[in-house]
Amino acid sequence: MSNNGSINLSDFLNPPPVDQIGIEERVARLNKRSIKKNSKLSALKLALSMIDLTTLEGKDSKGKVRQLCNKALHLHDSFPDLPNVAAVCVYPPMVPTAVECLKESNVKVASVATAFPSGMTTLQTKLSEVRRVVRMGADEVDMVISRGAFLRGEYHLVFDEIASVKEACGEAHLKVILETGELYSLDNVRLASGIAIGAGADFIKTSTGKIQPAATQPVALVMMQAIRDHYFKTGKKVGLKPAGGISDAKTAIQYLVLLKETLGVEWLTPDLFRFGASSLANDLLMQILKQANGVYQSANYFSKD
Amino acid sequence: MKKRLEVLKTYKIYIGGKFPRTESGRYYLLEGKNKKPLANICRGSRKDFRNSVVAARKAFSGWSGRTAYNRGQILYRIAEMLEGRREQFVSELILQGDSAAKAEKEVNISIDRFIYYAGWSDKYIQLFSSVNPVASPHFNFSVPEPTGVVTMIAPEESGLLGLISVIAPVIVGGNTCVVLASHSKPLCAVSFAEVLHSSDVPGGVVNMLTGFRSELLDNFSTHMDVNAVIYCGDDKKEGKRVMENSSLNVKRPHIINTKDWTKEKAQDPYQILDTQEIKTTWHPIGI
Repeated sequence: MSNNGSINLSDFLNPPPVDQIGIEERVARLNKRSIKKNSKLSALKLALSMIDLTTLEGKDSKGKVRQLCNKALHLHDSFPDLPNVAAVCVYPPMVPTAVECLKESNVKVASVATAFPSGMTTLQTKLSEVRRVVRMGADEVDMVISRGAFLRGEYHLVFDEIASVKEACGEAHLKVILETGELYSLDNVRLASGIAIGAGADFIKTSTGKIQPAATQPVALVMMQAIRDHYFKTGKKVGLKPAGGISDAKTAIQYLVLLKETLGVEWLTPDLFRFGASSLANDLLMQILKQANGVYQSANYFSKD
Repeated sequence: MKKRLEVLKTYKIYIGGKFPRTESGRYYLLEGKNKKPLANICRGSRKDFRNSVVAARKAFSGWSGRTAYNRGQILYRIAEMLEGRREQFVSELILQGDSAAKAEKEVNISIDRFIYYAGWSDKYIQLFSSVNPVASPHFNFSVPEPTGVVTMIAPEESGLLGLISVIAPVIVGGNTCVVLASHSKPLCAVSFAEVLHSSDVPGGVVNMLTGFRSELLDNFSTHMDVNAVIYCGDDKKEGKRVMENSSLNVKRPHIINTKDWTKEKAQDPYQILDTQEIKTTWHPIGI
């Protein structure tokens, strides 16, 4: 923080360097941790409650969104005491449909905005899109940063853009997508995380899911460390959302271990951690039923979306 | 000159077209004549099995979607590759306690058995299909289609021929499978997986595990994503357990109790039919 207490970009421009080998080794070591029986069952349920059930395709229709919302509300009714997913994440034109379907539930509506996934448009267009989805009832906005500007070194532009979007969000929660698959290095991830957090992000998110590699554990760990440092400095808790490519329960639990070991139990809540995924929910459900019945499950018995 | 240090082969399991070690890290010692250690064999776990079923399910649509003709070609190719590596199989059978003559014979019949089923690939459908007379203007016909993922507890006493005799009719019909090899005679099973790997068989069509029957039997027969289970053996209790477990998702159980796999009657096209489902189609006839 600068002397007068206001937030300046310069506070975030010189993050500590990232030890890539160290990060990878720590991830590998934590991945070996064995979570069994009751702990596994509660981890699976926790992961389920953290899912942003997502459909972001050009071919999305109202029907598809309704179906997804229905899935969010009825994950697997024949099994008692399942948590709901945290949110349903859609493109802006689908927000009214999702809001209508989910209005009587605690499932939030998240919308991507700011010319997702590329972010290639003017700031004015981005802001009006954000205002529009918030007006239509989105509880959460997932924005993308301008990776081109970031890689050119125009950090002020990136910072100001996020800050303006945050302002446009009003009450809605802002998730800032760094699209780490286009940032090349963990040092860049750390820098971009700092900028996003400084500019007012409620959540930082790894990826759009449209670029490979999407979410990876080393990237998530670096982002967690940025969140942790910010917390130590200011006491403010920022959330994390890894998205893209997390499709099985085993990987999800590995992320939760990383989270617990880096940020502590306080972050083990859907308010501060989300998975952006579509097929993960079914794998978690299948593993939960396996824990309960002792029998490996088949996808045939679970609704697709 | 110094005596050359012998390079021992690592016998690994085969899942989804790859040769991993067992996820559990466990193994058992296989001993030959006079308690001579032959190899450390992977003691496959239920997680290896779970991964195998995922691989088999993934491979199913591709394999069942191949033309019957193409599957026949690939089965024939397996036989060709077996022929090329016959010495290895003969010596492994001898290591496991067979006489040279018996080993030679078993390998010969194994190769021929693959040729036999390769030949059936584009013929069994005609034989088992029918056009059915119905009392309405419909063209009504029934055809066999592969059931899906098949798990197999391979014969304990016949490590190569028995194994091949249960795998061939299942895969020629377009199914994919997970096989638990003989506990006491697993060498040929692992080498056979290497043959499959170099024979244009897509990864995941056959998945080969080694380990303990008693440990894996329940998983093989309870898994909800398995469509049929083949149990080779004469243990009444195990057979009953397989049948009961199969009721969970109504998978097809088959208990096979063949003692002598060298006989000609150990091969027949009805074994292909065991893992097929008959689909009947009603097609309206235009006036």
